Amino acid sequence: MIAMLFPISHAEISPIYLAVAGFLIGILGGFFGVGGSFIAGPALRAVGLDWNFAVGTDLAHIVGKSVVAAKRHRALGNVDLRLGLIMAIGTIGGAEVGAQLIQMLKRAGNVNVVVSIVSIAVFTSISSFMLWEGLATQRWQRQRGSKGKTKDKKSKRDESAFQQIAERVHRVKLWPMIALPTSGVKSISLWVILIVAFIGGVFSGFLGGGAGYIRMPSMVYILGVPTHLAVGTDLFEVVISASYGTFSHALKGNVDIMIALVMHTGAAIGAQIGAIATQYFTGPKIRLAFVPLPLVGAAIVIYTLVTGHKI
Amino acid sequence: MKAKASATLRAFLIELAVYSALIVAYFFLVLHFLADWINALEPRHIKIYALVSIGLILGQASLLEIVTTWLMRRLQGGRSE
Repeated sequence: MIAMLFPISHAEISPIYLAVAGFLIGILGGFFGVGGSFIAGPALRAVGLDWNFAVGTDLAHIVGKSVVAAKRHRALGNVDLRLGLIMAIGTIGGAEVGAQLIQMLKRAGNVNVVVSIVSIAVFTSISSFMLWEGLATQRWQRQRGSKGKTKDKKSKRDESAFQQIAERVHRVKLWPMIALPTSGVKSISLWVILIVAFIGGVFSGFLGGGAGYIRMPSMVYILGVPTHLAVGTDLFEVVISASYGTFSHALKGNVDIMIALVMHTGAAIGAQIGAIATQYFTGPKIRLAFVPLPLVGAAIVIYTLVTGHKI
Repeated sequence: MKAKASATLRAFLIELAVYSALIVAYFFLVLHFLADWINALEPRHIKIYALVSIGLILGQASLLEIVTTWLMRRLQGGRSE
């Protein structure tokens, strides 16, 4: 493939590779409600981009992709605007902390090694947990004789073996308490939402992307938001928080916008296909299908870390 | 059912073709004409570069969506999604 020089990051990358990678990441993002940074970051790293550029550039590409996917999900009724706006506040705070950590590592000269190791640990943990939860939910549904189909179409509530966790969280009476009628949550502490969003934000600023791999499961298991709504709301929230993350990383010299623009051309159509596909699957099936994806990202990072070669 | 699947596939292929054309247009317009300006802007005016970056990615996203949505509506005879 013909490589092209991107002077801001001093990287030589094929634009076809970027567009195709963006297309595949777009499908994942639209379908799972995640930015796809567990693939996008490693995919950029694999062609020789330093981690600080992979993180910042991935955030920029995700802004564009999430706008399209969020609009699609909103049309399908999958966005809780109130929850998304509250989460954006927490995520922005966390994203700045993550970006500052990247700067510290950049100054110390070990950003590539540290971010690689952290990303491998995070991606592997996410996959393991999603597999465990998905299988436990299916076992639980079989025991109850339930087929796992959506019963309450209005709230699009689905089933999880860990519903009791969300129920316990809803019982935490830490003022101010708010209601999320769109998500079917009668009462929840504002602080719980902000903490969940903040943690997602730290991962977003540190590993790039929207950190939907943390936030989406957190919204389902901790906040008790139905999976379809978690997908759409996460994308809506990512538009706001990733815009801030892009601005912050660009000021720190970590964004090559030309790479992001090329990646996004492929991601835009992929996101539309992914968003439409969510209508044909129930919550537990979406979560189980998610399992191998972070492992692919982890495998790419392990390859580049161990061999030191570009793909 | 078969006709519906065929229409969906046709619509998808047309949308893919439109995107491919836009990608080629972007390679020529954005990368060729805008690249030098952006590359010069980044080291000199980092704040403007940061704002322009967000503007470009949002603008590209909106443009791609508007064009393809309009085209899909035309192809489907004004029927909304």
